[in-house]
Amino acid sequence: MNWIEIGTLSDIPLRGARCVKTPQGKIAVFRTAENDVFAIEDHCPHKGGPLSQGIVHGRAVTCPLHNWVISLESGKALGADEGEVRTIPVKNEGGKLFIALERLMLAAAE
Amino acid sequence: MAKQKLVVVGAGMASGRMLEHLFEAAPDAFDVTLFGAEPRGNYNRIMLSPVLAGEKTYGEIVTHDAAWYAEQGVNCRFGETVTKIDRKGKFVVTAKGETPYDKLVVATGSAPFIIPVAGKDLPGVRAFRDLDDVEAMVAAAGKPNAKAVVIGGGLLGLEAAAALRLRGMEVVVLHLMGHLMERQLDPAAGYLLQKELESRGIRVHCKAQTKAILGTDHVEAVLLDDGTTYPADLVVMAVGIRPEVRIANDAGLHVERGIVVNDQMVASDPDILAVGECVEHENICYGLVAPLYDMAKVVAKTLVKEDAAFRPVETATQLKVTGVSLYSAGDFAEAPDREEIVLRDASAGIYKRLVLKENRILGAVLYGETGDGAWFFDMLRKGTDVKEMRETLIFGQAYQGGSPLDPMAAVAALPDDAEICGCNGVCKGKIVGTINERGLTSLDDVRAHTKASASCGSCTGLVEQLMTLTLGDKYNPAAVQPMCGCTDLGHDDVRRLIKAKGLKTIPAVMQELEWKTSCGCAKCRPALNYYLVCDWPDEYADDYQSRYINERVHANIQKDGTYSVVPRMWGGVTSSKELRAIADVVDKFNVPMVKVTGGQRIDLLGIEKEDLPAVWADLGQAGFVSGQAYAKGLRTVKTCVGSDWCRFGTQDSTGLGIRIEKFMWGSWTPAKLKMAVSGCPRNCAEATCKDIGVICVDSGFEIHFAGAAGLDIKGTEVLGLVKTEDQALEHIVALTQMYREQARYLERIYKWAKRVGLDEIRRQIMDDAEKRKAYFDRFVFSQKFAQVDPWSERVSGKDKHEFNPMATVEYRQAAE
Repeated sequence: MNWIEIGTLSDIPLRGARCVKTPQGKIAVFRTAENDVFAIEDHCPHKGGPLSQGIVHGRAVTCPLHNWVISLESGKALGADEGEVRTIPVKNEGGKLFIALERLMLAAAE
Repeated sequence: MAKQKLVVVGAGMASGRMLEHLFEAAPDAFDVTLFGAEPRGNYNRIMLSPVLAGEKTYGEIVTHDAAWYAEQGVNCRFGETVTKIDRKGKFVVTAKGETPYDKLVVATGSAPFIIPVAGKDLPGVRAFRDLDDVEAMVAAAGKPNAKAVVIGGGLLGLEAAAALRLRGMEVVVLHLMGHLMERQLDPAAGYLLQKELESRGIRVHCKAQTKAILGTDHVEAVLLDDGTTYPADLVVMAVGIRPEVRIANDAGLHVERGIVVNDQMVASDPDILAVGECVEHENICYGLVAPLYDMAKVVAKTLVKEDAAFRPVETATQLKVTGVSLYSAGDFAEAPDREEIVLRDASAGIYKRLVLKENRILGAVLYGETGDGAWFFDMLRKGTDVKEMRETLIFGQAYQGGSPLDPMAAVAALPDDAEICGCNGVCKGKIVGTINERGLTSLDDVRAHTKASASCGSCTGLVEQLMTLTLGDKYNPAAVQPMCGCTDLGHDDVRRLIKAKGLKTIPAVMQELEWKTSCGCAKCRPALNYYLVCDWPDEYADDYQSRYINERVHANIQKDGTYSVVPRMWGGVTSSKELRAIADVVDKFNVPMVKVTGGQRIDLLGIEKEDLPAVWADLGQAGFVSGQAYAKGLRTVKTCVGSDWCRFGTQDSTGLGIRIEKFMWGSWTPAKLKMAVSGCPRNCAEATCKDIGVICVDSGFEIHFAGAAGLDIKGTEVLGLVKTEDQALEHIVALTQMYREQARYLERIYKWAKRVGLDEIRRQIMDDAEKRKAYFDRFVFSQKFAQVDPWSERVSGKDKHEFNPMATVEYRQAAE
C-alpha cells in the first residue's frame, strides 16, 4: 500500500468531513462522533453531489443535493436507493491520517 | 318471481340514501331505473358551500358515483328529465319515451325560489342549489374586482357570501328581515353574526326590499326600494326553496305545498311514494338533511313491506362558515309563559340563550361556543326536566353534577340515544355498538359503517371521543407523526420537553428523550439545532455540523457543487457603489451567471467553494453583508417605492421595509421567512402571497400573514390594522417570535397558522398587548446573539477548514 499523509484527525470537525484533492478527483474524509475515520469518493452515486458537504450521522452521510444516505463503511446507498461509491483505505496513526491511492491509480490505468 | 320495476325520479341525497337502505334490506327485490335531471350522480349537497369556498373539491363530496350505481345494478338515466307520470298506464315519460313502473318514488327535491322582480332572468343571476351554480359563481369570482350581491341572509345565503368573500369578491348581503338568519337566530345572535361577517369585509344590509335587478345583457346592479343600488357582477338568489311538485301536480296527486304523504311516505296513489324536500308530512315541509334521511329509511322499509313510520322531528342547525360557530335548535320565540336564560361574554364573542317552558328546554341558540349544542338538543328532544340544574344549565354539561371539566367525561355521560351526528341522525349507542361489533379502529371505518361524521363533519370531534372511550388505547386520534426514525416523539413533544426539562445541547436532548440512534440523522439534527437556538439564544452553542451545508457555509449549493452568493440589499434598494462592487467581483472571479432574484436582489452563481471567503471579502469592502438567501431565517423584505415616488403611495413602504429588514435580519426561523411591504392596495410588492406582508393604506398599515407562493399558492390572511410604523414593527416581530417558538422545523407560517388557528394568532398578537410585548422582547433578546454578519466572520478566519481542502495530493506523490 502506498500510504500518503493527508493531515491530522483534529483537522476534521467531529461529525464532519474535509476534502482531499487528488489527480483522480476529490476524496471526502469523514470523522464520526466516535472518532472513526472513513474516506470515500466525493461523488454521490445518484447525481454526483459532493458528499463531503453532507450531514454526518452514525457511520453514514446524507448527500446535500437530494438526501441519499451513503454508508461510510461500504460506500453503498442505504434505504430504498441503490448505488455505490468507491471507498478509499484510510488509517489513523496516533492522530496522523493516511490514505492509500493505489486502488484509485489502478482503476485509472484500467 | 319476476322482479318488480322501481322507478326513482330524482338522484339527490334523499334518493341516494333511500336506495342504499333498499339494497341493504333486499338487494334483488327490484329492477331500479333512476332518473336525474343533473348530468351526474349523487353528491353531498350540504357541502357545496365548502366547495364554493375552495375548501373542498367536487370529488370529495361525491357520495354515490356512477360506479356505485352500476355495482347495484341501477339503470341510470342522468340528464334525462321526467316530464309526466301516467298513473293509469303506470309509466313515466321522458324525451326518450316511456318507462313502466310497478312502484314509483318521487324525489324531485325542491327548486330555489326566485323573487319575481325585473331582471331576475339576466345572465349573472344564479341560485345556490347545485354544482352548476357553484361553477358559475367560481367563474364570476375569478374576474378582477368582481362584486357579488347575495339576496337572502339565511343559512344558504350567508354560506355563499362567506365563500365568495374568501374567493376575493366584494360581497353585499341583502336581507329582507331585521336581522340575519331570523328563522334560526334571535336578534342578539343575529347581530353578533352580522359583526363577524362585517369584520371579514362582507357588507350586510337588513330590511332590504329588492325592487329590480338592473342590466342590459348581463346583471350590473341591484336596486332596492329605498333607492340604494349595489353594483354587481353576480347576483345570488338564496331566499328560500319551494318543493318541486310540478309532475306530481300534473298527475293529479294530492299536493299542497309539497306532495302529501302518510307516515309510510306513500302519496295519494298507493303505488307512488315520495321522499325528500318535495314532501309534505303533517303540514310540514323539510329542508334539512336529518329528517330527509329519516324519510329515506321509511321509504325503503315500506317498499320491502316492513313496518315503519316517519315522525316529525326537531332539527338543529349549524352554519358552515369556517371560523363561525353557531348552533340553533328548536323554537325560541318569546311568549308570556316562556322564560329564558342568557349568557353573554362580549369580549370573547360568546352568546348563549335557552328558552324554557315549565322547566323544559324549547329552544337553544349558541354563538361563539357551541360544544354543548348536542347536550341541549338531547334534552330538548326528550323534554328533560332541568329544574335541578337550572342555576348552572347555561354553562353547559361540564358544570353539572360536580363532574370535572373534561370533554371525555361529558361524552361518556351522554345516554345511548343521544344524537351525535345531526346530519345522519346517528346516536351514540349505534356508534359504540358498531365499533364493538365490527371491530372498527379508524374514523374512516366508523364513517363508512355508521355514516356518523360523514356529511358536514362538524361532529368529528365527538365521534373521535366516542372512539377513544370505546377503544381505549387502541385508538389514538392524534396519532403523532414522529420527527424521524430516530425517535417516536413528534416535533411538538420535543419542543415542549426541551423547554420543560431545560435541555440545552443536542446530546442532552438525545439522552433525555431516549433517541434510538447514536447521533440522530439529517432530519432530526437540523430541527433540534434550530429548536435549541430558538429556545436558548444566549446559552446554546450553535452546532454547525447539524446544519445543512447552505447554512454551514452561508451560500447556496448548486447542482454542480458550486455555490451562489446573494448579498443583502435592504428593501431591494441599491446604489452605484454597490453595483460597481458586484461588477468587480463578477470580473475578478469569472462569475458565470449574474441573475436578479424574485426577492429584489442580485445572485452571483457558479462560485467555487474555495473562492467564497475572497468573494465575501470584496463584497464586504463595499458594505455588503450576507443576504441569508440560504437560511431557514429572515430572507428579504420586498418593497415598492411608496409615497416617496409613487403617485398612489400612501406610506413610506420602502422605509418601513428597510426598517423591518434591519431589525430582523439574522434571525433563524423554522422555515424561510419572506416579507414584503406594499405602499398601497395596488400591492406592487406582492405582499399578499408572502409569509408576512404589509399593505399600507391611508389609515395605517394592514398586516397580512400566512401567504404562500411555492408548492402551495395561497393568499395571505389579515392579522389586523395598526396606525403607526412602530406598531406595525411590533406586531410583525411578535408574530414572527410566536411562529419561531411554536412551529415545527421546516413548517412555513401558513401551515403553522392553519394548525394553531388564525383566531388564536390574532387573539395573541392583536388583542393581548401583554403577550405581544413579551414575544417582542424575546425576539429582541435573541437578536443580540443572531445579528452577526456570517460573511465578515469567515473573512476574518472563522471556520477556515470549511473552505480549503485538507490536503492536495500531486500526481507524482500518488504515483510513487
